[in-house]
Amino acid sequence: MFDAIIITIATAATPILIAAIGELVVERSGVLNLGVEGMMIMGAVTGFGVALTTGSPWLGFLAAAVVGALFSLLFGFLTLTLVTNQVATGLALTLLGLGVSGMIGEAFIGQPGVKMGNISIPLLSDLPFVGKLLFGQDPIFYLSILLTLAVAWFLFRTRAGLTLRSVGDNHASAHALGIDVIGIRYMAVTFGGACAGVAGGYLSLVYTPQWIENMTAGRGWIALALVVFASWRPWRVLAGAYLFGAVSIGQLHAQALGVGVPSQLLSALPYLATVVVLVLISRNRRLTMINTPASLGRAFVPDR
Amino acid sequence: MPEDRAELLDVRGLTKVFGTLKACDNVDLRIGKGEIHALLGENGAGKSTLVKMLFGSLEPNGGEIRWKGKPVRIGSPNAARKLGIGMVFQHFSLFEALTAAENIALSLDDDTPINTIAAKAKALSYSYGLPLDPYSLVGDLSVGERQRIEIIRCLLQTPELIILDEPTSVLTPQEADKLFATLERLRAEGKSILYISHRLEEVKRMCDAATVMRHGRVVDHCDPRKETAASLARMMVGNEVHAVVRTPFEGMAEAPVLLEVRDLSRPPATPFSIPLRHVRLDVRGGEVIGIAGVAGNGQGELFEAISGEVLQGDPGAIRIGGADCGRLKISARRMLGAAFVPEERLGHGAAPRMTLSENLLLTRHATDARAYVGAFGVIVTGALQSAAQRIIRTMDVRKSAVDPEAASLSGGNLQKFIVGRELDRQPRVLVVNQPTWGVDAGAAARIRQALIELARAGSAVLVISQDLDELFEISDRIAVMHNGELSEPIPAAEATLERIGLLMGGAEPGHVDHSAETA
Repeated sequence: MFDAIIITIATAATPILIAAIGELVVERSGVLNLGVEGMMIMGAVTGFGVALTTGSPWLGFLAAAVVGALFSLLFGFLTLTLVTNQVATGLALTLLGLGVSGMIGEAFIGQPGVKMGNISIPLLSDLPFVGKLLFGQDPIFYLSILLTLAVAWFLFRTRAGLTLRSVGDNHASAHALGIDVIGIRYMAVTFGGACAGVAGGYLSLVYTPQWIENMTAGRGWIALALVVFASWRPWRVLAGAYLFGAVSIGQLHAQALGVGVPSQLLSALPYLATVVVLVLISRNRRLTMINTPASLGRAFVPDR
Repeated sequence: MPEDRAELLDVRGLTKVFGTLKACDNVDLRIGKGEIHALLGENGAGKSTLVKMLFGSLEPNGGEIRWKGKPVRIGSPNAARKLGIGMVFQHFSLFEALTAAENIALSLDDDTPINTIAAKAKALSYSYGLPLDPYSLVGDLSVGERQRIEIIRCLLQTPELIILDEPTSVLTPQEADKLFATLERLRAEGKSILYISHRLEEVKRMCDAATVMRHGRVVDHCDPRKETAASLARMMVGNEVHAVVRTPFEGMAEAPVLLEVRDLSRPPATPFSIPLRHVRLDVRGGEVIGIAGVAGNGQGELFEAISGEVLQGDPGAIRIGGADCGRLKISARRMLGAAFVPEERLGHGAAPRMTLSENLLLTRHATDARAYVGAFGVIVTGALQSAAQRIIRTMDVRKSAVDPEAASLSGGNLQKFIVGRELDRQPRVLVVNQPTWGVDAGAAARIRQALIELARAGSAVLVISQDLDELFEISDRIAVMHNGELSEPIPAAEATLERIGLLMGGAEPGHVDHSAETA
């Protein structure tokens, strides 16, 4: 019982973690892409469709990543090259994604999907309590943890990460130093899109292996909120995602047990709890200031 | 120019066009090895455009750049650095949320670890007498310290030509002296320096040669050591600049205090900004008080508190004409006879896309409601237009249409209009932040004269400025702001550059020779 709950928590947290880590990189470069929800749902429908046709969940995930990246490139072209408003473009991307995915996915409704299985390491996965959690999960779970580690290391330990943060802090200065602001932002936006695609694919290939319209159910928005409240720091994003996962699973069990609280209120609990906790930990204004990308959402046009 | 020196940089016919404006028109510039070369000119003369082309951040439309005798194309700042050209920017190109060492690392191409860079930067900074802690966060540093980072960053690349864009505009006189010593040492090491400034005294003191620009063209090459400040000014401006006349201020003892600041404190608005600490100040009717200080020491915060953009808890912290107004909003303070001119012309002092007459109404809708606004809030266009034209005439605002958009005016002309708009009301109290920032010499002289005349007509005038020459020209007393504290005002007759400079650098404030203060 305990093992099962822990594993479902990880399953609920993983898609949000992946999408949020991708968006963190995007925002650290100074771009605000509000289209996470749209890119996720596109990843979900593509992943499901490709896995269904080919029978391979791996190909499904690959397709989800590619489609998420392509979708984000559309955002990048509009906001970085044509310098449209980032907020409006991001919102449009979400609406577009929800609409297009509904159209593509019509044929998939009601079809049984392909589930990516859990891996199981002999002996280790039989350990009590931690066995299933640490050594018996699906591969994407491990990928999400590695991704967090890699992004944290990249941003704060490598020169390329420093360059990316500098672009997000002050794009005019970065340009004056000869840093290719637009190029770096394109790369960050594409990475964020691929992450959102994989996160969406996780929903339709692992979490609930079927296609349901609007199945992202606001997780893209939670990922966006997580990034802000986690003060743009990867390990806090991880903590926030798992908190969200824990409360969502907890409230499901509470509903099953018939706790005397309206179910709508219980369903809202994970969103509420995540926001409250992250607001509390981001109270240190100085730390928040230092980590906030100062150029976030501001358009950049180099003068030549 | 001495012919025996090897020429390092030779620029011929360089041209840059923005739309219809020729920012640089056929510019020639020659810099020899081991030479400090001054680039002189007023704001908007094309100096910054020229150096941006030399540093590869702008692409020229025509002309040729020769480096050590060979024609080169400088396509990016990286290319400039590879050639051996380094630059210290006027508006610093630093990242506030990063440490000094990280900032330096960003401009180096190789993958040297941060710690190595930090150690090298520290050693270099101490050897040049510009001590620097490489692990401090830029956001926490003073303007002078930030400039050190820029200089050290530039020196680490071992450049042969260093471009300095208005380096002393943000320094105290003492900090500037230190900078000059560093530059002399660099010259002795055989490095060349292109020194951009509009401060003629320091150019005369340090530079071996000068190129003077006006309206995008080179108007003269000269040896500044053989010129006078007045002759250099004439080359820059193109004609004589009328000196500002300051008549002595009589009867200070009887004059009523029209603006009082009483124990004004404010917590910092952001982690990187300055709090105000127990600021006290009396401005009497008839006098001009100047507030000096290095940028970012709380002058902006003080202006916001006095103008009412930020309210105080204590109503008595600000008194205008004897009335408590710490909790009154801007319009209510204006109704008491006060007027305010903020630092930023476009976006703060004026709405860029609105016409001058509309901008006039925006600031005076409350104080002159009877004149400009009729029944049901309808604007009385005739009265508004004639008032706008009156201001335009009095201040000699040059414009292209009868009632143009604010953004279409040049900086100097818009500033004349914004100051004139307040002067037109004959306010009892006028508070101005950076009255002539980025304004050409002719317009600046006119604005300064108008401020003095307003004071002599009985109003209290408070001028916040970074330009010490300006403050010495117009102020009856000068106070210095440092780290959120305001010194006692020093009568102009006793204020020397050294004394003000020491206060700007943080020497004990408030310790004024009291024998002379109360006559």
